[in-house]
Parts: sequence; C-alpha cells; structure tokens
Amino acid sequence: MHRTAYLLLADGRFPSGGHAHSSGLEAAVAAGRVTDLAGLESFLHGRLSYAAPVTVAFTAATHLSASRMGRAPSSTESDVKVPFLSLDRELEARTVSPALRLASRRQGKALLRAGRNTWPSELYGHLPKHPDGPHQPLALGVTAAAAGLSTEEAAQIAAYGVLTGPASAAVRLLGLDPYQVQHLLARMAGECDEIAAAAAAVAHKSPQELPAHAAPLADISAELHATWEVRLFAS
Amino acid sequence: MRADNAYDHDETVPHTHPEPGVDPHPPLPRLDRAVRIGIGGPVGSGKTALVAALCRALAGELRLAVVTNDIYTTEDADFLKRAGVLDPARIRAVETGCCPHTAIRDDISANLDAVEELEEALGPLDLVLVESGGDNLTATFSKGLIDQQIFVVDVAGGDKVPRKGGPGVTTSDLLVINKTDLAPLVGADLAVMDRDARARRGTLPTIFQSIAQDPHASQVADWVRHVVAHAAGVHAHDHVPAGAR
Repeated sequence: MHRTAYLLLADGRFPSGGHAHSSGLEAAVAAGRVTDLAGLESFLHGRLSYAAPVTVAFTAATHLSASRMGRAPSSTESDVKVPFLSLDRELEARTVSPALRLASRRQGKALLRAGRNTWPSELYGHLPKHPDGPHQPLALGVTAAAAGLSTEEAAQIAAYGVLTGPASAAVRLLGLDPYQVQHLLARMAGECDEIAAAAAAVAHKSPQELPAHAAPLADISAELHATWEVRLFAS
Repeated sequence: MRADNAYDHDETVPHTHPEPGVDPHPPLPRLDRAVRIGIGGPVGSGKTALVAALCRALAGELRLAVVTNDIYTTEDADFLKRAGVLDPARIRAVETGCCPHTAIRDDISANLDAVEELEEALGPLDLVLVESGGDNLTATFSKGLIDQQIFVVDVAGGDKVPRKGGPGVTTSDLLVINKTDLAPLVGADLAVMDRDARARRGTLPTIFQSIAQDPHASQVADWVRHVVAHAAGVHAHDHVPAGAR
C-alpha cells in the first residue's frame, strides 16, 4: 500500500481535467434548483444516490480486472481486453445522455494522460480505443491499478470525486463559504465511505450485473447544458 | 495630447531589444509538431484582437490553428469566426470551469486535447496559438502546454502595469503593450512603460503596438515568424523581427 500515491490520485489538484466539469451543478444552479448550501447538500445526496453506485462500481470492477492482469503475467492480451471492452459497453449503455457520455470520455482521456505520465504502465494500452477517450471510471480503475492501489482505495477515490467535483464548482459558481462546504463534505464522509465499500464489494460481479441507477432529470439537464451558448463548465 | 509625447504612432515605436540585430531568444529545441505560442494577459487587453491580427497576417503563409480559453466558452471563438480571419474548423474553444489560469498552467489537459485534436483533424500544422481567458498579472502558461508565450497588457490599463511586474510581465518571451493610440487619451506615459518594462524584463523583448493603426500586428507577426522558423531548424538571420532592428 502506497499511502502517498493514494493521496496523489485523490487530490483535486491531480491534473486530470476535473476542474472544468461541474457534474451537472452548473445546469442545476442555472435552473434555480441549487441556490445555497442546503441546495448543494441535496444535490450531493442525489449524486451519491444515483451517480456514485454506478461510477464507483465500474471503477472498482475495472481496477479488479486490471490488477488481476498485473498479477498473472501469463495472461494473454485478450484476457485483459475482453473484460475492459465489456465494462466499456455496459457503462455506455448505462449512460443515456450523449452529452454525459462525451463528458465521461473526455475526463477519462484527461485522466489517462495524467496517469500515463505519473505511473507508467502497460495496463493503459488495454483499454478499448475510442476517439473521445475511455470512460472516466475505466480510466480511474486502470490508473489506480498502475499506481499500486487496492480495489477499495480505487472505489474510495471514485466516490470522493463524485462529491468533490460539484462541491468545488459550487464554491466557484455560488460563492459559498468554503469552510461550510468542507464541513458539509465532512458530514457526508460516512455516507461516501459506505457507498465506496458497497461498490468495492460488487466489483467481482460480471459487468452486466453491476449497478444501473439513473436520474432522468440529470440526463435531460446535461443535454440542455450542452446546447448553451455560454457556459463556464464543460459538463 | 502631451506636446512632448514622442510616441505618436506615426513616429518611432519604442522597443526594448537590448542589442539591435542580435537575437535574444534562447533557441527552441527542434520540434516535429506545430509550434505552440500562448497568448495571455488581463481582461480587455486585446488578446483576441491580437490573435485575429496574427491570423490576418499569417494564415496565408503558415498552417495555423487557434485554441481559445475565454471563460465564456465560445465568445472568443465566435469573435474570430465573425471576423472571418480564420476558417472556423481551425478554431477550438475550451471550457475552464471559472479558472482560466488553471486550464493553462495547473491542469493543461483540456488544452492539450484541443491542440492534438486540431492536429489530428487538420493534418500537420506549423503554428497553434493558445489564447488564455482574461486573467490577472500572475497568470502564465505551463511549458508543458506551450513553447513560447506572449503577455499582452494595454496602455488603458494604466502605465503602472509594467512596474507592478508579476510573472507575465517579467518572464513572458514577448511582452506586448497594446493600444498605444489610446495613450494620449488616458494620460499614459509610454516612456515610463518602456523604462519599467526594460527594468523588469532585462534582455527579453517588448513591442508597443496599436492594432487600430496596424491591423496585421506587423512586429508581433514578425516575432512569431521568427519563432516558427527557429523551431523548424531554420537559422534565418535574415528573419530577425522588425522590433529587433
């Protein structure tokens, strides 16, 4: 276990493109659904309920496949690529909004660039090729494996990212008190840990059996946001 | 207008190359990709107007593309498209999540993706201009994103700006002091700006210009030509920028 590697990958300053994404918060703010700290809390509970179980489970499952490959040098290339391809297709099917598919792949591409430069590994090369990049949870799972982290750690980082991305965007968009926002995140820590643990526990299942939560309003908002003439965040 | 103002644009434009005729730029390593030049500076200093002027001057001779980082995503890209100075297919906009300096310095991934996507879509390029969103005097580009950077300030922002310094004024490869035509109107003393820029920048060059009077930004365009020629491994001493003569 490399505690510092874990902190590096979880750090919001890790240059993986996340700062330009609000995970739907910009759209929610513009629609008047989030205007203050209480609104942010509801929004983050929503993100933990519908987004985190999928994102975290796919991160953990990708990590598990990647670390199995790393441990079994005799494994063939297809032993590696087939589970990744299946995870990619299953996550694509769960991501209904084309705008969110693109946002996920763009963040995956940015994370892959940062991961490759930070923890070089052959593992990245086994991800399915796509012009917009791999889905973010797949990129995170592989990067965590390349960094030598455990599946539980990969899941924890994914769950943490589900919260901190929009929380940081809320500070910038709404001018919320940063101490109050950190206090909110601290209060949500237990919930975040539970979701991470639950996702790590299903990581061994086949991709078809992984969680498939959805939130139609988030999908619709993302599609509308993508058509705005003027927006500050990429998603 | 001040009677003793020697910087009427019809007269000599001041510049601060320390030794005329000598190229003060450290040589770039030879590149097998497009040269990337970052253009940064405060809000309203004329970055987009400079990019438009460079497109006018260079689009006919260099394979050129532009990445813009305006905080309002498409504003600058739309300006360039409307100005008709560059094929819209050669312009890409990057969202910066309210943090223009982050996107050019701390987390350059979206800009790198945009540059690479332009190169993939358009084939080999000679030059990519990366225009930052308007920021403050401390915003500079990461060397992981660009090869050379231009910092743009304007006389209407006050003639104290070069003296205030900051990384953009002090360390940029080229400092452009824009809108010299406004100097008499805003009471800015170009001689003071010139003196302070020299003091802050040592041997690094500064160009005074007015795009209103020179829509092709001739001196900056020459500087860019020079940078591109160097990166291509051409040691063109016949190509010393006008500002250095």
